[in-house]
Amino acid sequence: MPDIELKNIRNYVFNGLNMEIFDKELLVVIGQNGAGKSTLLNIIAGLVEYEGSVLFDGVSVNRMLTDKRRVGYLFQNLALFPHLDVASNIGYGPAVNGSRRESIAKRVDELLRLMKIEHLRDRYPKNLSGGERQRVALARALAVSPQVLLLDEPFSSLDTGMCSCIRQEIKRIQKGLGITTVLVTHDMAEAKEMGDRIVAINGGEVREVADLQRMYRNYPDDLHHLQNCTGCAIECYCKG
Amino acid sequence: MRTRNILDGFIPIIAFAVIWEGIAWLHIVPEYIFPSFSAVMREFYHLTVNGVLLNNLASSLFRVLAGFLLGSVAGIMMGTVMGCRQIINRSFNPIFTLLYPIPTLGWAPLLMIWIGINEMLPIILIFLCSFFPVLYNTITGIRSVDDDVIKAAKTLGASDRKILTSVILPLAVPNIFTGLRLEAGMAWRVVIAAEMVAIPTGIGALLIRSESLLRVDIIIVCLMVLSVMCLVFERFFQYIETKMTKEWR
Repeated sequence: MPDIELKNIRNYVFNGLNMEIFDKELLVVIGQNGAGKSTLLNIIAGLVEYEGSVLFDGVSVNRMLTDKRRVGYLFQNLALFPHLDVASNIGYGPAVNGSRRESIAKRVDELLRLMKIEHLRDRYPKNLSGGERQRVALARALAVSPQVLLLDEPFSSLDTGMCSCIRQEIKRIQKGLGITTVLVTHDMAEAKEMGDRIVAINGGEVREVADLQRMYRNYPDDLHHLQNCTGCAIECYCKG
Repeated sequence: MRTRNILDGFIPIIAFAVIWEGIAWLHIVPEYIFPSFSAVMREFYHLTVNGVLLNNLASSLFRVLAGFLLGSVAGIMMGTVMGCRQIINRSFNPIFTLLYPIPTLGWAPLLMIWIGINEMLPIILIFLCSFFPVLYNTITGIRSVDDDVIKAAKTLGASDRKILTSVILPLAVPNIFTGLRLEAGMAWRVVIAAEMVAIPTGIGALLIRSESLLRVDIIIVCLMVLSVMCLVFERFFQYIETKMTKEWR
């Protein structure tokens, strides 16, 4: 899986953003609404225009269109295809990439098993619960064997219990598959539970990068404070 | 249950026919002005057996199908292009916005001069009547597709063309079919008007000939046929739409 670098990124949100996402890590990007978190993901995916360079393993992907970047993107509203059943949603990526029918079926079966949703194979998105939709969307994103997984506030529509359960599963799957992952959230508890590193973005700039192990060791009070106060996350991090 | 519903629908129609027959039987007005239901049905039988009704219906049906098919296909194609490409939408939309409000039959005098009074006249009128509503419904359908769904397809590796055929058009189907369903009935109204004004064959022409002969029974037969055809067309598109979308809507 690639190491991702963003160099001197400029667009309507960012003014010279530099950032690195390491191979196989789960980087959490926190920040308040309008901070540019989703725009960051869209830049990595090639969904918005920007100046500067995005490099996957040192190779620029600037001229590569979204459909060639092999990025798995979990959208905030999940964006499942409502007219396709679960199996077809998951198989969509391999199908449009020209895979053979047998290999698509095999990949779909693998992912249905991995996500523990074999029983949902023939259902349509309208007949799924929030958690089930989440699993289907993740399976769909993983179906193309992405180089990078981008998660845009994927837990915002779930209730607390379900949320925690899905978080742990995503973390398990991410570690198991070793996919470089960027998770965007404004929930500090979620950031703490999921992330290997945390980046705070504000006003289109990276304000601080925190290593969770270092934070646990050096700033236990701040971390406790952050867990209870998502609004002041950025200020607290700047102390470190 | 379904049979029961169909029967429930027929009961008011049967009651209506019985009341109609009863009023005619009272001879309050002469039969040539207000024929009985049974007289109309007798005439329907005669017109069917001697082929007059079927020949005229076939003429009208051909015009409706030709005009409607051409207008719908053109509307869907143009609507797809306008819905997907902003520059084309900006170029054509002002023109179509000016043309759309013109009543279809308003084009008739101009078309009579340009193409003459022939088979093409009703076909082009029906083309115009179908084109604009299908066009605008297609544009609306395409625009209403969630942006994130399109982005999701892109990130999964779909090309623009693949996104159009596998995501955008299937999701625009309900809107497109709304346009088709509404205009299917309208196409019959337009063909009847065109045939009444200018064309010597078809249900509209039969209607106007019957009026000149004071054959109210034939007029009512024609109106019944027209009503059934409008209903059949609308229900056909409703059926196809339901068939295509009921699983996921």
